[in-house]
Amino acid sequence: MATAQVEEKYNFEVVRWFTIAAIIYLVVGTLVGVYIAAELAWPVLNFDIAELSFGRLRPLHTNAVIFAFGGCALMATAFYSVQRTCGVPLWSNGLAWFTFWGWNLIIVSAVITLPLGITQGKEYAELEWPIDLAIAVVWLAYSINFFMTLMKRKTSHIYVSNWFFLGMMVMITYLHVVNSLAIPVGLFKSYSVFSGVQDAMIQWWWGHNAVGFYLTAGFLGIMYYFIPKQANRPIFSYRLSVIHFWALMFGYVWLGAHHLQYTALPDWTGSLGAAVSLAMIIPSWGGAINGMMTLSGAWDKLRTDYVLRFLIMSLAFYAMSVFEGPVMSVKTVNALSHYTDWTIGHVHSGALGWVAMVAAGALYHMVERLWNTRMYSASLVNMHFWMATIGTVIYITAMWVSGIMQGLMWRDYDAFGTLTYTFAESVAAMHPYYAMRAIGGLIYWAGGAVMLYNVVMTIRTASSRPAVTAAAANA
Amino acid sequence: MADKYYSTKLQDKAERSGLVMLFLLMVLLSVGGLVEIVPLFYLDDTMEHNKYPEIVWQRKAGQTLDDWKPGEGIRPYKPLELMGRMVYIREGCYLCHSQMIRPFRDEKERYGHYSLASESMYDHPFQWGSKRTGPDLARVGGKYSSEWHVRHLRAPRSVVPESVMPNYPWLDKNIVDADETVATMKSMKMVGVPYTDEDFAAAAAGVEGRTEMDAMVAYLQVLGTMVRFNDSVDYRE
Repeated sequence: MATAQVEEKYNFEVVRWFTIAAIIYLVVGTLVGVYIAAELAWPVLNFDIAELSFGRLRPLHTNAVIFAFGGCALMATAFYSVQRTCGVPLWSNGLAWFTFWGWNLIIVSAVITLPLGITQGKEYAELEWPIDLAIAVVWLAYSINFFMTLMKRKTSHIYVSNWFFLGMMVMITYLHVVNSLAIPVGLFKSYSVFSGVQDAMIQWWWGHNAVGFYLTAGFLGIMYYFIPKQANRPIFSYRLSVIHFWALMFGYVWLGAHHLQYTALPDWTGSLGAAVSLAMIIPSWGGAINGMMTLSGAWDKLRTDYVLRFLIMSLAFYAMSVFEGPVMSVKTVNALSHYTDWTIGHVHSGALGWVAMVAAGALYHMVERLWNTRMYSASLVNMHFWMATIGTVIYITAMWVSGIMQGLMWRDYDAFGTLTYTFAESVAAMHPYYAMRAIGGLIYWAGGAVMLYNVVMTIRTASSRPAVTAAAANA
Repeated sequence: MADKYYSTKLQDKAERSGLVMLFLLMVLLSVGGLVEIVPLFYLDDTMEHNKYPEIVWQRKAGQTLDDWKPGEGIRPYKPLELMGRMVYIREGCYLCHSQMIRPFRDEKERYGHYSLASESMYDHPFQWGSKRTGPDLARVGGKYSSEWHVRHLRAPRSVVPESVMPNYPWLDKNIVDADETVATMKSMKMVGVPYTDEDFAAAAAGVEGRTEMDAMVAYLQVLGTMVRFNDSVDYRE
């Protein structure tokens, strides 16, 4: 199909804007992350300024990478792939633009309110009630538009990537509405209607499923569309995708309780969460295997296709962190790992290695097709790939060492049966690893900056360079 | 080809009809949350005070929050403590400090008796935390003098050289607002914290002229001091 016809057929302008926004937020969000990592290594960087202090910037980092970068990447890829897999344009172009501007307005309000200390005080759900309401409205606009596009599709069956996007949309709606239930005191303050143990369980039901659905199911949707397209091969196994989809949807919801092992949460709840967590290795690996084996018989493409490298490396990190997660939810391991940097390392092996790498692969894939050209520099794509990989490995290695060391130091007893280390000694021992983590993060951030430069140059020079043949661009 | 099933009939139906898939997802995705969350609201053994009522303060008619003595049981926060808690939330302290002691020997010796669910029954939102970049604070009350806390909050490294905590000099400058205090207490009452009209009337006097530093120290000093534990009782089996 010729390019002009594709353009006429689908609504791609909004996808372009989401794509650029996602890449900008990747750079901004990871920069804040590098800064707060440096604050932990060198606390002087807090500068005695409230708006720059760790406790206020950390929610900004998590919200920026999850909701700004992750959200824009999910919206770009879902709007792109749902049109291509259904063979129809978006149900409502107006609603898609409403989603774009609404979501970005939410991000701007987060950037303003979080450093001012305007927060609900629940991890990954810090934004205050007016912003929470806006999120609910915009999220529903996104979901309804996606679903209605599915409903008017020209294909007989719904393609697998869309199952995952749909599952994410339903679950995030549930989670966001229930976890954000609060009584407002003023425009900028509200208090959770839940307290103590119930609030804790609801928060981690939200917290783990923000990871499980937003950052896993949604990005598996990306994987199921973009790996077959980039590799130009069909998905390895349809059956595997059916089984792992339903198992993932049913099982992931239960995992939140494993964040509360040995706390005042009743034992049955934590154990149930841990048991289901262990079982989740199977469907999670099902997805990873399904993605990787799609390349079977075409592994040589990895030598030349740098975009495919991102997609496949992301699955390697995915497979690793979905093995690590269940291990950490086992009670005996959790007794050591909980409250330590190991958790932070685990999150980042998923976030840096899986989420951001699969998104980067998908974003590169889309940029070439949305602007109908090749990347400005293929070697810069390769450079980004290696910076992302090396940065992630440095980061997670530092956190493994510091996390396990913390856990061991806290529980260590000397020959007289007294605690060997004071807490302050364990803090001092972390310094080299916190510095190492900041360096790993800096490398990762610089990789993102290379991507932004490369994409900007690609777009700026797109018209002055020969267009890719329509067949190749839209394959 | 169109009539061939590649999997089961139900799966094929779901793939052909967006509504069937949406319905299946809506049902399936609600199960885990319902099973794990809903029972926590009605199972008696979730909250320890259902079995050991003495861990919650039984306020007698006419008693004010100031009549409570340490160890007499869990009570709503006094106005100044409550506003200190709000500062604690605003500054994101929960991102580096947990308030949840687990039942291990080392945690008992380092922090004290393991935390009970009932101890955070008036905490909207809960502040158990998930990370110990700094130590647990669930029972920090009474461990250090208030003067130590003030110094530590102003400049942590002046008292703990290894610390990586930010300085909080602005807490000395901000004055706690009386109207906001009453509004906060009233909203707490709306979500179930048993404040009385007398508590609201006394709130302004309780925070009169006090800084956020005073509020923060008052909050830290009450943490973990409400329940007097009986060593022969296992509160959580």
